[in-house]
Amino acid sequence: MSNVVQTAPNTDDEAGTDSAVAILRPRTSNTERVLRIVVPVAMLVLAVVAWHLTVVLNGIPKYILPTPGDVVTSLINDWPTLAPSLLVTLRITFTALILALIGGVAMAIILVQSKWVELALFPFAVILQVTPVIAIAPLLLIYVPETQTVLLIIAFLVAFFPILSNMVTGLKSVDHNLLNLYDLYGASRWQTLIYLKLPASLPYFMAGLRIAGGLALIAAVVAEFAAGTAGQGSGLAFRLLESQYRLNIPRLFAALILLTGTGIAIFGLTSFIAWLSLHRWHESAVKREN
Amino acid sequence: MTDPSLAEPGTATKSTQTVVSMRNVSKVFSNGTLALKDMSLDVERGEFLSLLGPSGCGKSTALRIIAGLGGPSSGTIDWPSSKINSRGLPEGDVGFVFQEPTLMPWQTVFGNVYLPLRLQSVNKSAARERIMETLASVGLADFANAYPRELSGGMKMRVSIARALVTKPKLLLMDEPFAALDEITRQKLNDDVLRLWKQSGVTVIFVTHSVFESAYLSNRIVVMKARPGQVFADMPLKTSGARDAEYRTSEEYRATTHEVSHALHEAIHAGGGTH
Repeated sequence: MSNVVQTAPNTDDEAGTDSAVAILRPRTSNTERVLRIVVPVAMLVLAVVAWHLTVVLNGIPKYILPTPGDVVTSLINDWPTLAPSLLVTLRITFTALILALIGGVAMAIILVQSKWVELALFPFAVILQVTPVIAIAPLLLIYVPETQTVLLIIAFLVAFFPILSNMVTGLKSVDHNLLNLYDLYGASRWQTLIYLKLPASLPYFMAGLRIAGGLALIAAVVAEFAAGTAGQGSGLAFRLLESQYRLNIPRLFAALILLTGTGIAIFGLTSFIAWLSLHRWHESAVKREN
Repeated sequence: MTDPSLAEPGTATKSTQTVVSMRNVSKVFSNGTLALKDMSLDVERGEFLSLLGPSGCGKSTALRIIAGLGGPSSGTIDWPSSKINSRGLPEGDVGFVFQEPTLMPWQTVFGNVYLPLRLQSVNKSAARERIMETLASVGLADFANAYPRELSGGMKMRVSIARALVTKPKLLLMDEPFAALDEITRQKLNDDVLRLWKQSGVTVIFVTHSVFESAYLSNRIVVMKARPGQVFADMPLKTSGARDAEYRTSEEYRATTHEVSHALHEAIHAGGGTH
């Protein structure tokens, strides 16, 4: 690889000791760029072919392991059943994630305002965090009439904590000298929060967002396993169980593929948001050149 | 005030106007360490004063107390010639340069220098000219849109100095600002600071542990001793010529550093501290 760090031409006469280092995109050769795409895609295709051959050569029946072709057929034929379920799962996941973002950030800001607030709320935070949230599902199903609301609450609680704890860490790890500087210029609490603390905790927020995005989907699925809704308004998790009971394994795989696709989409989206907001300045988004 | 650009360091007209006055200031940290004991110091307008001393002599503590970052345990800080705000600090009259550049990495060079004005609710377009002027004065006019991570250590320090100067403060406090820089960059920045001091007429308090740096820059050196932190010697410096590369090799500079080294050596032994 021929990565080059170039020293920018400097108007000053101090080049060498005090000159700007231009941040350049590393030059990647064409072959490497092609291979970067070809290698993972080829591996994936190989795996699918191996799957197909295993089933066909061993004569494995469809109700135990379908071929990739069977799964695709099921995905197309059962789309009218699967699509509404996908929408339900997506709606729960994203609503929970957005509520968790708002709630987590707001809660973190309140928590760091004074050590007394933090001390007072500490036991509740610990209890909620260490309890496997899914264990309160049976209770919530009694208290909350709407099953969908129960799923939403569980997915929210699961996604909420990574954002809260990351934001608290972020808000607390602001450069001490910068805080002094804001003090020196008589900045108000509000100014310090908006101009300093929030931007400084952005990398932490993004780390929390990526964790919470994945967890919200997992929670939406697991909560539905626990709740076991039926008929209208049920998500992909219910379709998984339903297919299992009916030994409709191709459809089970189809539902699984939709969940995987959703997971990938969430991961891609959160990574893209993180890159967008950090790539100009944060080390985590900078390509290392040595 | 007389045109400060005419005054050479050392021969600067002795103004009787005191910018800041410390009276019997003591500071005890919460762990019981007595960092400063009965320190009194008057800083006159237009001075370039170096606080020189071994580690732990309280020179940085004294600077931070002057800046209003952590009040004194006893004693008073007066600002005879400034308007005082509700927190006992002169409004917008103090600039501070930390040992690290202390820049916000998510802001451009421009955004970082804009900060003090932004906190005073000056809008961006009104501040633009002043910011660009200040950036030009530290040689960074072309880097207004760069992010801190794209700059070298010396350039980051220049941004930090520009940020401290953008409010046109009466008093510039510098806390070992060049300690982490290499010798060549440090000498260049020393010259820049001297030039900015002459051009703006700002009063400077410069904390350092380098005899050579303090002797080169200052027209007054206050040597401090440790355990407890106290003023040990107060030495006005006179220089006949300009301070430049030639001065660095002159007999006069050698004699001055010798004298200052001697005072520092005595202060270290009087303090009973090692370093």
